[in-house]
Amino acid sequence: MQQRPLTGLALFTVLSLTVAACGGGGATTQPTTGTVPSVVAPSEPAESEPAESEPAESEPAESEPAGSPGAVPSDPVEDADISGEIVVGAQFAEGADEIATTRYDVFLERYPGVTVNWTESNFDPQTFLTSVAAGEQPDVVRMDREIISTYISEGALMPLDDCVADRQIDMGQYYDSAVRQVTFDGQVYGIPEDYSTRIVLINDSVLEEVGLTPEDIDTSDWEALAGINEQLMSVEGGQISRLGFDPKIPEFFPLWVLANGGAMVSADGLTAQLDSPEVVQALEYAVSLITAHGSAAAFTDFRSTGPGSAFFGEENQFTEDSLGAFPMEQWYLNVLAADTPDESVSFQPFRAKDGSEITFATGAAWAIPLGTENYDAACEFIRVVTRPEAWVAAVQVRADARAETGEPFTGTFTANAEANDYIFSNLVTEENAGPYYPHVQKVVELMPDAYALPAVPNGEAFKRIWTEAVRRALDEGVPAAQALADAQVEAQDQIDSGAP
Amino acid sequence: MTVPRASASSGRRWRVPVGETFWAFMFLLPWIIGFVVFTAGPMLYSLYISFTDYNVIRPPDLVGLENYETLFNDRRIPRALGNTAFYAALNVPLTMIFSLVLAMILLRVGRAAGFFRTAFYLPTVTPAVAVGTLFLLILSGNGLLNQALSVIGIRGPIWLADPDYVKQGIVIMSLWTLGSTVIIYFAALRNVPTELYEAARIDGANSWQQFRNITVPFISGALFFTLIVNTIASLQIFAEVFTMFFGLTQSGPAQSSALFYVIYLFQRAFEDLDLGYASAMAWLLFVIILIITAIQIRFSRRFVYYEGGR
Repeated sequence: MQQRPLTGLALFTVLSLTVAACGGGGATTQPTTGTVPSVVAPSEPAESEPAESEPAESEPAESEPAGSPGAVPSDPVEDADISGEIVVGAQFAEGADEIATTRYDVFLERYPGVTVNWTESNFDPQTFLTSVAAGEQPDVVRMDREIISTYISEGALMPLDDCVADRQIDMGQYYDSAVRQVTFDGQVYGIPEDYSTRIVLINDSVLEEVGLTPEDIDTSDWEALAGINEQLMSVEGGQISRLGFDPKIPEFFPLWVLANGGAMVSADGLTAQLDSPEVVQALEYAVSLITAHGSAAAFTDFRSTGPGSAFFGEENQFTEDSLGAFPMEQWYLNVLAADTPDESVSFQPFRAKDGSEITFATGAAWAIPLGTENYDAACEFIRVVTRPEAWVAAVQVRADARAETGEPFTGTFTANAEANDYIFSNLVTEENAGPYYPHVQKVVELMPDAYALPAVPNGEAFKRIWTEAVRRALDEGVPAAQALADAQVEAQDQIDSGAP
Repeated sequence: MTVPRASASSGRRWRVPVGETFWAFMFLLPWIIGFVVFTAGPMLYSLYISFTDYNVIRPPDLVGLENYETLFNDRRIPRALGNTAFYAALNVPLTMIFSLVLAMILLRVGRAAGFFRTAFYLPTVTPAVAVGTLFLLILSGNGLLNQALSVIGIRGPIWLADPDYVKQGIVIMSLWTLGSTVIIYFAALRNVPTELYEAARIDGANSWQQFRNITVPFISGALFFTLIVNTIASLQIFAEVFTMFFGLTQSGPAQSSALFYVIYLFQRAFEDLDLGYASAMAWLLFVIILIITAIQIRFSRRFVYYEGGR
């Protein structure tokens, strides 16, 4: 065979590969859903997966916050008689922020006789299962409340009833919806930690451009909101240059269901209600807000890779004017306050169709895996780090740090109502929160009545199933009723297989 | 060489190997132990697990064929298998064609071949997660690929979000990492006797006839090998796609057009803690791969030429 030099062609191929490796069009990816990155947890969690919301009949917290707003709450319980060693499934030396380490230090200073080892990693199902199989599981784990029911129903976690009784843990100090998420078959399996709720954030400059005011963004009037979505969006020749009202589905779909007066699962978590008319109607509407932009694919791609999709930093959707408004977790206020404090952002509470202000909550919880060798120390650890005085100490450290740099301080949203009572009365002020102060106050006002998914047996599978139904309706054009009817059957099977 | 001989009394009883055979077994022993402990043992255990309800936390509970019955009623299984088969059907031939073209180019670049071999192989040693992340950027709506297409007047599709193009986008990503196949073809091409080309040219054969009647038969063994290996790899694709569409940030068509079989298996095992069902899925995939490979071997007898063989 004649060996003719084809170096040029080969070089071209190599260059193509190289350019591919270096390229990317400057696009970045916006996180959509996920767990809390430890470096910012718990005050600035990443967008967490949504939790199903309870219907409106949820009960108020068992007791009113005990501490007065003007006084740092104190621990009424005497020190425990504990010693030995515990392994905590969390980061401490590597990557944990001051909100985490300060609270851990409170425990370490109070119990110098207890040796605490850290896994230096966040909860990971594979790692956890492997450690369980090897009999080397941590004594304490921190996981999303949404998935804790999966591990409860599989028998991986210990009930905390003895811990609660022995250490006189007042479950009433935690928000009721958070407690419901960690209560399974009448037993408590986790102590709630942080608390993410949702409000609607509004890009003032975009509204001004189209002649609207923040008060016009009213999620209770779906017909009007669809019109506003059309006004806010910018689509030309099939190319999106600005999103109108991003409904944030599938992750915030439970919020739309709640707004429509429905619930995706019964209050006891044992009956799926995915095919109920309220859920179907909510899905049809939320999908229509997206497809109004042309196609779901174009919408998703623009949201993921368009201007401001980095989400964090100085080039976000508000500074880039690539979004009109969207419902968002309250921790994003911290991001905006820190990264783009001069950007004009308004807010509105998310309103149900009946006009009531609603939100739903997610967050993490501490739990004790089955097989722990030092239950008493593990119990005391999770009690102390979720106590108000630990939270207040941690938030004070962050407030001081923000004061030093001159950045706005919007607080840390804990699942402990007593702690929040003090934090948002004393540590977060009009002065240090600046223009975000009204936003923060509204978030705090809505927190006690937030709704959350109850502990659903096989909760992780349940979430995957309804998420898939939303995506089928969104991406594949499957009628909402059909997608949700399919999901209903599968979801109920999963619930039944994990039910107590 | 000493060959173990059958006992005169039993007729079929093996004697303890001695001499070279004994030492051959001794040298093989580390591999045999490794195979039994790390491959055969876990495989057999997973077969057992596939007949149980098992979540790692509690001991396995025998449920008979229940997991396999569920497989046939799970509507995600046909979807995942369909996505995987579509990807494999597109990826394997394209990988082989592009690799062969690149290998033939490599054969003709003379001294620079070493450099280009390295260059072509580099993407193969790039971590899968990095590749997945990289192609999230390249395949985005305003990414490099669509920018390149726009130069020639083509408006590229939304590779990462349009269900009609997601799998094609993943194939494009896979084609970037075809270095191993290129190297195999390159080695095979170098073994084709050059005198055959000279004889063919004297007989008036053109380039296509030389390629069709000399090159392809002589590298058919390599083609067949890569067909099998790439088919198996395509049916097991996981890391890159998981990075792009799943993990902490499930996005776009994660549960639809990007739901590949092994990803769904992973979800069932480590998200739903249903390791019994996941094991049954693994065995179904094993059987599918076995059948496909058997068919490929059966048909290979017609097309594969082994020098010195039949």
